[in-house]
Amino acid sequence: MNDFLTVEGLPRAELTSLLDLSDEFVEVLARPIPKVPALRGRTVAMLFFEPSTRTRMSFERAAKALSADTMSFSPGTSSLSKGESLKDTALTIKAMGADALVVRHASTGAPWRIAEWTGLPVLNGGDGAHQHPTQALLDALTIRQHFGNLEGLQVAIVGDIRHSRVARSNIAAFSTLGATVTLVAPKTLLPVDLAGWPVHTAAAIDEVLDSDVIYLLRIQKERGGASVLPSLPEYVSRFGLTWDRFARMSSDSVVMHPGPMNRGVEIAPEVADHPRSLVEPQVANGVAVRMAVLFRLLGGEADDV
Amino acid sequence: MMSEFVLKGGQVVGPGGVADADVHVRDGRIVEIGVGLASDRVIDCNGALVGPGFVDVHVHFREPGQEWKEDIETGSRAAAAGGFTAVVAMANTDPAIDAGHLARYVSERGADVGLVDVMPAGAITLARGGTHLAHLDELWAAGVRLFSDDGDSVHDAGVLRLAMDYLSDLGGIVAQHAEDRTLTLGAHMHEGAVSARLGMRGMPALAEEAIIMRDLALVELTGVRYHVQHVSTAGTVHLVEEAKRRGLPVTAEVTPHHLAFDHREIERMDPAYKMYPPLRTESDVMAVREALGSGVIDVVGTDHAPHAAAEKDVPFDDAPRGVIGLETAAAVVNEMVPLGPVEFFERMSVAGARLLGLDRHGRWLEPGVPANLVVFAPEVSWTPHHFASRSENSPFKGRRMKGRVLATIHDGAVTYEAS
Repeated sequence: MNDFLTVEGLPRAELTSLLDLSDEFVEVLARPIPKVPALRGRTVAMLFFEPSTRTRMSFERAAKALSADTMSFSPGTSSLSKGESLKDTALTIKAMGADALVVRHASTGAPWRIAEWTGLPVLNGGDGAHQHPTQALLDALTIRQHFGNLEGLQVAIVGDIRHSRVARSNIAAFSTLGATVTLVAPKTLLPVDLAGWPVHTAAAIDEVLDSDVIYLLRIQKERGGASVLPSLPEYVSRFGLTWDRFARMSSDSVVMHPGPMNRGVEIAPEVADHPRSLVEPQVANGVAVRMAVLFRLLGGEADDV
Repeated sequence: MMSEFVLKGGQVVGPGGVADADVHVRDGRIVEIGVGLASDRVIDCNGALVGPGFVDVHVHFREPGQEWKEDIETGSRAAAAGGFTAVVAMANTDPAIDAGHLARYVSERGADVGLVDVMPAGAITLARGGTHLAHLDELWAAGVRLFSDDGDSVHDAGVLRLAMDYLSDLGGIVAQHAEDRTLTLGAHMHEGAVSARLGMRGMPALAEEAIIMRDLALVELTGVRYHVQHVSTAGTVHLVEEAKRRGLPVTAEVTPHHLAFDHREIERMDPAYKMYPPLRTESDVMAVREALGSGVIDVVGTDHAPHAAAEKDVPFDDAPRGVIGLETAAAVVNEMVPLGPVEFFERMSVAGARLLGLDRHGRWLEPGVPANLVVFAPEVSWTPHHFASRSENSPFKGRRMKGRVLATIHDGAVTYEAS
């Protein structure tokens, strides 16, 4: 593995092996001293050209738990605001001695370009509405922990799928691992063409309350998600996971959300805080899967785990 | 520049077909066509086609205002290298070509460079702003025949109708870059399976077709000559075909890149494939190829749109739109559309000259005709690595191509010879 840019096309065996490795890091993180020396002396640079709290902190925590050093970059205070090109920024950070780059960017494909320019291993931390592969891994890991396996599970992804890189990555990962995926959204929030996608669709959340997993997405106001709806209350009435709807779900089912949540819109506050909401395990697992990917990319030795 | 030479051993293309013959050029004109002609200077054609120099109804030479991308001199060199002897330079310069003195600047700079006739297009609206008519009479007096706000549509139907009424008196051509921006906001590629997968906003085919549907109704009302720039969809082909059947004074062009590629090229997210209109579907590509073959699409327009390397070396969304095309156009058309030699020169030269009313270009070869010629070898393969253009933003860079320009003659002077 040279880069980790997308889960599309990643074979089941590869995904499973990454999840197995992640399980080992879950164990590491539960130790009294949750740290291994695997990547001592290596430097991971965080290039987040879009605002991020959880993904960025999660990657930093993962790198540090592997004993790697980290460098951070934020566009607001950087030379990008002085007109420097993305290419020059990336090459500058490479010249400082980064061994791997974690890249988040609003433009589809930006991490691919940076990988091309720098020749360094690049981890895609989210590009436009395209891919967010470590999110897919952490979600798959969370589902696997809860159900033991994704094979045969019914997963409904509800919300702003059109503008969601999380959805695109999760659809690929979940279906590769054997789950059946149903997309639930008004047509204005569905991708314009689903030909060839391994998914079913439904026009209201009430149709998928019998799912094993309901995966909720935020309306992405920053990508134009809100302007394609008549109003948020109308959205809630057809697509919001209200307490009343949650009560109609099976007691074995779970609710997931990649965050940040808009409580009272796509998810009722009581649902978000319910024991069958896996939001917190998702966040915790994020650190483990990012450790696994960094470990794979930077070639850590298995003995160091 | 030499004033006398013989193009030796070529196949001269005429309206009835091709004939093995030499062409004797002297003082800017063809003086004789025949076998065994002699001169001090001989250009060996090795059996290549000898025909009227290509005419491009759609280029961007970026001067004035964006000379770091291209200027009239480097653009003219690119045109000559591509076999062109006349081009129409679009008006989306800085400032836009919306008044007579600006149009004269462009054509005079072209004449100073002297490699190709550079005809300025005129803007339809002031500063291409879409609200007030440009100085249409002045532009006409300065030699402008084709008017376009290219880069943008003229969106306002009322303004477009005024321009059409005004220009129908003069005989000017209203050319439209058809793109309803209310349907393409924030989009950089074709709306379809590929855009959905990449999570990119798409420009639906309808954004092009909706503008043309409306415009054709206005053409019917005003009687103006109307030219559809860079046809990219099967739906547009159908609209143009119907309009012609109804006898409307409509013509259309297609770019080489729309003949060659579909939207699957965007999967690599390489800005070398970013342009408006965007690369469409496979069936759209088939439709435009067929339409150029049948003549529903009259001419090839390269939409040669240079951008500096650094401007394109960014993520796809952030890159400027457009690709260069002059130096590869003839090869692409040769390879993508099965035309006989007569039809090939008709689409690449004769039809463009007729459209623009040029009497020095696009004329079948005979004694007395101005020597604006190209020697084109349809079977010769080559790979473009470097370009005469100041910019190299070509999706054909490094691709093997079939069909090579061996020499270009403009006003009796050799402006390009393949090495």
